[in-house]
Amino acid sequence: MNSSITKYLNTYSSAATLAFFRLAFGIMMFFSLIRFALNGWIEKFYITPQFHFTYYGFGWVKPIGNYTYLLFIICALAAIFVAIGYKYKLAILTFFLSFTYIELIEKTTYLNHYYFITLVSFVLLFLPANCYFSVDAHQKHSLTFEKIPRWNIDILKVLLAIVYIYAGLAKINSDWLFEAMPLKIWLPANSNLPIVGSFFNQNWLQYAFSWIGMIYDLTIVFLLINKRTRYFAFALVVIFHVLTRILFPIGVFPFVMIISTLVFFESNFHSTVLKWISNKLNFTAVYFENNKEKTPEYSFLYKSKILFLSCFLAFQIVFPFRYLLYPKELFWTEEGFRFSWRVMLMEKAGYAEFTVTDALTKKEIKINNSLFLTSFQEKQMSFQPDFILEYAHYLHDYYQQQGINNPEVRVESYVALNGRLSQKFIDPEINLANIHDSFQHKTWILPFNDTIDGL
Amino acid sequence: MKKILLLTVTICLLIACSSGDTSNGNGDNFDRTAMLTNWADNIIIPSYTAYQAKVQVLLTAVATFNTAPTETNLQVVRSSWTEAYKAYQKTSQFYFGKAMEIHYNEKANTYPTDIVSINSNISSGSYDLELLSQYSKQGFPAIDYLINGLGATDANIVSFYTTNTNAANYKKYLTELTTQLKSNIDLVVTNWNTSYRTSYIASNGNSVSSSVNITTNLFVKNLEKYIRSGKIGIPAGVFSSGALFPEKVEGLYHKTISKELLTVALQAEQDFFNGKHFNSTATGPSLQSYLDYVKAVRSGQNLSTIINNQFTAIFTANTNLSTNLSAQISSDNSKMISSYDAIQQNVVYIKLDMMQALNITLDYVDSDGD
Repeated sequence: MNSSITKYLNTYSSAATLAFFRLAFGIMMFFSLIRFALNGWIEKFYITPQFHFTYYGFGWVKPIGNYTYLLFIICALAAIFVAIGYKYKLAILTFFLSFTYIELIEKTTYLNHYYFITLVSFVLLFLPANCYFSVDAHQKHSLTFEKIPRWNIDILKVLLAIVYIYAGLAKINSDWLFEAMPLKIWLPANSNLPIVGSFFNQNWLQYAFSWIGMIYDLTIVFLLINKRTRYFAFALVVIFHVLTRILFPIGVFPFVMIISTLVFFESNFHSTVLKWISNKLNFTAVYFENNKEKTPEYSFLYKSKILFLSCFLAFQIVFPFRYLLYPKELFWTEEGFRFSWRVMLMEKAGYAEFTVTDALTKKEIKINNSLFLTSFQEKQMSFQPDFILEYAHYLHDYYQQQGINNPEVRVESYVALNGRLSQKFIDPEINLANIHDSFQHKTWILPFNDTIDGL
Repeated sequence: MKKILLLTVTICLLIACSSGDTSNGNGDNFDRTAMLTNWADNIIIPSYTAYQAKVQVLLTAVATFNTAPTETNLQVVRSSWTEAYKAYQKTSQFYFGKAMEIHYNEKANTYPTDIVSINSNISSGSYDLELLSQYSKQGFPAIDYLINGLGATDANIVSFYTTNTNAANYKKYLTELTTQLKSNIDLVVTNWNTSYRTSYIASNGNSVSSSVNITTNLFVKNLEKYIRSGKIGIPAGVFSSGALFPEKVEGLYHKTISKELLTVALQAEQDFFNGKHFNSTATGPSLQSYLDYVKAVRSGQNLSTIINNQFTAIFTANTNLSTNLSAQISSDNSKMISSYDAIQQNVVYIKLDMMQALNITLDYVDSDGD
């Protein structure tokens, strides 16, 4: 092993940082699940729809009806167990599996920050986050360590860095920087906010927000890493995310990011917080400070873990660039758009009217989408090609059962992107029932007739 | 350290608390109250009131005809029916509040009308027009049958109200259908004039349940479902793989009113879009001025202009249509299809481009974005 790598792997850092993150993550997840339930979204998104859009290759993930509530309860309990560090390995595994299963049921609800949560909980599976300030460590003092190899903390910073930097890179495109799109559409919707509101209709502000957003995303991680700029950077984090929370309906994401960036602080901050908590809750946390280092044995297992997580990070760095393998405009075809930290990047809406034709009698039926889809599903379906295709196959199967011979499914669809006039989206002549989804380029998407330059 | 912690906790609490109603109350600076006031006072209420007056005229004409069933009085009924039907077209898009509650549109204009059941209603004399199953046996299409469809000539038609053994029942049915129209519009107008106007204008936010959102959604739906599909698409075979249904046009028995009803309905849509006051050339705050306010420019042109140009294109396409759409379908359906396509293009501009530009949600659940 290269000596500098060995040296790095043998550098230690305070376990308080990881324990702080574990606690914060568990609590945040618990409350965001509660919020999700209180909004009535479990029923709206997972129980009401008669048909679910699934991710390519994950069609086997099936909705489980009313048991979805149970799944959410399990997930929320697991989050609490993670927070207090009780039976941590089992808890984080349960959380990861249940949360990911929920996400896989329905593609319509895809959000980048849900994907982020899945990734973080996956990584947490491999970290000794219960060796400090946890019930596990409290019950079994042999599990308690004050110091852990610093890569256990750095890997979380890398995940955060990927989110920010890739979100910043994605903003380097001509629509975002030179047209101030989509902020030009989104910001005016907030112009009756006090004081700042009236500026949201002004072009200069829309451009300023676009450029500042891009620069913020690209640089914030470096400002957080650097000790001298850290406080300033954290202030920026707070201002930026509070602003996005006020301006856009983006739920808990700003909250998760603000709390998560605290991981960049020095460990004495984290131990102060944990001490403060233990004081408030009237228990002594002194015995966690046993000065023990969690020295790993370089066993085959440990080495495999390091290698596996390295590959995982490498994959995370490469995967968002997969869009380069596709021809045509990424924003139009969305081939390689998801799982790439393209956050709040474009304003896109569609209109899709399907026709089912009996192959023998040529009898046609125009489909009323609201008979099959919830309005949220219809909205998401109408501008994303993979949704359109999956829905077309569902219509094919449905009408075949209804006795239509070999149903042909065609769509007349229009999409408007970033303030351009709507234009035809899918080739209306193509029988979508004959097309099968794959990672190949979708040739049945009509050309965009414009260019968006940039990464 | 404490400070950071305190700051963070405070901020997170602030965020958590502000998370409630993101889409309620805030919005752009466009004066929605002024727009809603313009809609209510200069378009919606005057349209309803004008229609109410026309129905009253129809009711009187029917009463006169029932007292003296002559061909002349039949023609008076027919012309007042025509005027009332046209006035109705200007109200069908405001299908919310009381109107929705009492199924105003279904009761006034379900077509094709069900003549078999109408005849059995007349001969039995017992029916409840409030029932869902009775929607296709009342309203303008049913009256159309009673005053235009019973016989080939006016003399034939009048005979149903004079010499027919069931003449009394025919008169009664005609009166009850007209009275039903009247009592429905009375309910709606009274509601608007008492409490509803205030609450309608007060709901000036941009949430899914706000007045702007609801009214705009129904404006879109009226164009897409009732005008595009109902008046043209369905009879012209667009939804039946080209199988034509000339008998499914509006105003079937009158024969020459169907195109006029289409024109009136389309004009009402465009006028509403432009905020044009009822029976006046004056305009007020509208979807059009709202679009211009948010500087909705597409392909170098104001989106509002693109939409108005498309209305012009629709009217141009419609000049090729016969006054009798049923006959048009049978003789040359391709002209119907051209009109359909022209309307369809504006459905896309309005339902997709306009709604996107104004950030108005097509009635769907609020959810998080990225």
